[in-house]
Amino acid sequence: MKFGRVIGTVVATQKYDGLEGVKFLVVQPLDRDGNPTGRATIAADATAQAGRGHLVFVVGSREAAQALPDVFVPVDLAITGIVDEVDREGARPGPGAARRRPAPLGRKDATRTGRRTATEGG
Amino acid sequence: MYIGRVVGSVVATIKIPHLEGRRLLLVDQLDPDGVETGDYDIAVDVAQAGPGDTVLVLDEGNGARQILGLDPGAVRAVIVGVVDQVALAD
Repeated sequence: MKFGRVIGTVVATQKYDGLEGVKFLVVQPLDRDGNPTGRATIAADATAQAGRGHLVFVVGSREAAQALPDVFVPVDLAITGIVDEVDREGARPGPGAARRRPAPLGRKDATRTGRRTATEGG
Repeated sequence: MYIGRVVGSVVATIKIPHLEGRRLLLVDQLDPDGVETGDYDIAVDVAQAGPGDTVLVLDEGNGARQILGLDPGAVRAVIVGVVDQVALAD
């Protein structure tokens, strides 16, 4: 699993039958230091509670669909958890520190309060 | 599989049921010489590894599901061993 930052939502009314009720979010992949890396991707939200600005972790490939209620669905990236805290040994700041600074891309910070607000808003 | 170094842990209250009660550790990937490749993973630990440990990481879903007794199971990366030594031929 890798870190990602939720930066948006995707609405698709017509989709594969097994994907009904599955929320899709735009996720910016992060490197090990919490900096954005590569192109933003679309992930199914297996926690059903992620929202814009949240620091999350995602699982890719075949395992992504396994996180969803129906495992035989066309999904290759899924959000499997919302990060509360990253405890890093040593000096490198890491995503946990990045979360305490203003979030990248000007989004809402992923504090507990922010999460609840973002979930309600999303 | 690859060799990595545990550099921290990840705490998440909200997560999929497959990860409930599992320890999630942050692992920097190393090449066989012990040099960081720049890649990393958040892995489930079944080897009682701790920060600073050099570990053996499985990165494959079927093996991960088998180890963790999950079906289905949305887990790929599992720390399956703590490495004592890597010996390379000259």
